[in-house]
Amino acid sequence: MAAPALKSTFLDFEQPIAELEARIDELRYVQDDSAVDISEEISRLQKKSQALTKEIYGKLTPWQVAQVARHPQRPYTLDYVNALFTDFQELHGDRAYADDASIVGGLARFNGQPVMVIGHQKGRDTKEKIHRNWGMPRPEGYRKALRLMRLAEKFGLPVLTFVDTPGAYPGIGAEERGQSEAIGRNLFVMAELKVPIVCTIIGEGGSGGALAIAVGDLVLMLQYGTYSVISPEGCASILWKNAEMAPEAAETLGITAARLKQLGLVDKVVSEPLGGAHRDHAAAAQNLKKALQDALRSLADKGPAALVEERFERLMGYGRFKEVALK
Amino acid sequence: MPRAGACREGRAVSWLQKLLPPKIKRAEGAARRQVPEGLWSKCPACDAVLYTTDLEKNARVCPKCAHHDRIGARARLDAFLDPEGRYEIGAEVVPVDTLKFKDSRRYTERLEEAEKDTHETDALVVMQGAVRDVPLVAAAFEFDFMGGSMGSVVGERFVRGVHACLDQNLPFVCFTATGGARMQEGVLSLLQMAKTTAALTQLAARRLPFISVLADPTMGGVSASFALLGDVVLAEPRALIGFAGPRVIEQTVREKLPEGFQRAEFLLEKGAIDKIVDRRELRDEIASLVTLLMRLPPPGS
Repeated sequence: MAAPALKSTFLDFEQPIAELEARIDELRYVQDDSAVDISEEISRLQKKSQALTKEIYGKLTPWQVAQVARHPQRPYTLDYVNALFTDFQELHGDRAYADDASIVGGLARFNGQPVMVIGHQKGRDTKEKIHRNWGMPRPEGYRKALRLMRLAEKFGLPVLTFVDTPGAYPGIGAEERGQSEAIGRNLFVMAELKVPIVCTIIGEGGSGGALAIAVGDLVLMLQYGTYSVISPEGCASILWKNAEMAPEAAETLGITAARLKQLGLVDKVVSEPLGGAHRDHAAAAQNLKKALQDALRSLADKGPAALVEERFERLMGYGRFKEVALK
Repeated sequence: MPRAGACREGRAVSWLQKLLPPKIKRAEGAARRQVPEGLWSKCPACDAVLYTTDLEKNARVCPKCAHHDRIGARARLDAFLDPEGRYEIGAEVVPVDTLKFKDSRRYTERLEEAEKDTHETDALVVMQGAVRDVPLVAAAFEFDFMGGSMGSVVGERFVRGVHACLDQNLPFVCFTATGGARMQEGVLSLLQMAKTTAALTQLAARRLPFISVLADPTMGGVSASFALLGDVVLAEPRALIGFAGPRVIEQTVREKLPEGFQRAEFLLEKGAIDKIVDRRELRDEIASLVTLLMRLPPPGS
């Protein structure tokens, strides 16, 4: 998969890198009709840019990570599907109301092995963003996912999910058609599905809308993904009554892969190429491929009963509390 | 544990207020606060002035207009369960501040304040008992404890309630009154949605009924997990029930919301719930439903 053809978009905190890269582009342009050899200067600046990227990405704040997770050039589910799978057969519709394009799914082969793939899908340009509803599913999206999970179970196929959503869509129709029930039903079914489920948070893991396809035997998370009970902005506007406190909210909510791994809420952090997955889609896909191979291999020998029992125990283990003697 | 009378006035939690439409806020705030503490209560719906004791005896349902005022978890269970043979489940489980969460205030301070106001240690109370001599386990959310939000303790108490059902072949009843997942526990609270819902798979496997009763309000992460998965889903009249809060929806779609949107009556019309039941009828209704599902003789026979 080629890197995005679009010109790189730099985030606010990447401005020093952007300036260097602009300078490099300028020199490259000049180099073509220049008598002097400036390739040495270019290579020097490139090294500097790399070092700078390494430095900046070495100490990203949680809020900056949230920006990377939402980067407009970040690989989306279908980018990974194209890079990691063959024979992808997209399947559509919930058989009750509609086909929700903010969740994609279908049959595919992973290293030749048939699997079911399900993921949130965001759009790149305005038209596609609208079509994908910014990756915010309505109930029919979750019900399509549910139908595909049951289909996978029927034919004994492992389920691989890719999580990347700001959240379930807060709309009138979504409520009328039972957004809550659709999400809740998925949680129930994923808890008892008799095939392996491997979930990967590839970008934004936005609350219940993310969890509705993120209950599994193993939960992987990309290095600059986020996973949160509420968006930092939402949390800030409720608790601080000021959306501009989002950076503080991001900090205290504990939304980064490293923090969640530390809390034992994700199993593996998948590293991203220098400067984030959007800088090098192919390298990001390669890392994820390796992690998914390992995950599937570790689940391959488990029978359905053991699988469901271990998943159940895992779910029951979530939560931190203490027990006290009662008076 | 007896509840002090004063705390029934119910301090509304400010961030939760923001989730609620203006009409509810008025009912919770202004109308209640005008009333001198204790003796008299004014019905926020019909303005009738009532003896507080009469209101309590009527499970906080206005005797004049049948408006269902919010009721605390313990008062609800007290009104719901037979007086004999009750005991509490999961009270030993209490919260910790894993994330060292701090916004304008610390999570630990909010917990302390909620405990002082409600005399509860978290937002769910679970009891084993009987209704019209039909044994069951019932859980009730305490809305006045941080907006009835679900964190690790709510999840664990819920699961322990389910375990008691599995151990003794009992049905499980849950009354929800909540704004959703508890932000102060981050992803830990998000995952309580998965934990509580997973526990229901075991009840289902054993053919033990789960009756979900949606009280005002039932929103967010609780609504989007176990609350709408009851074998039978009941709701109290006019209860606000939904995934996203009305304000969030209004800001997203930039439209005025339809009349009665996200109310119990609206959900019934949309096919989302089975039945709307007056709080004073819940004992009879649930005893009947449970005995029908479990192929037991009718209650009281």
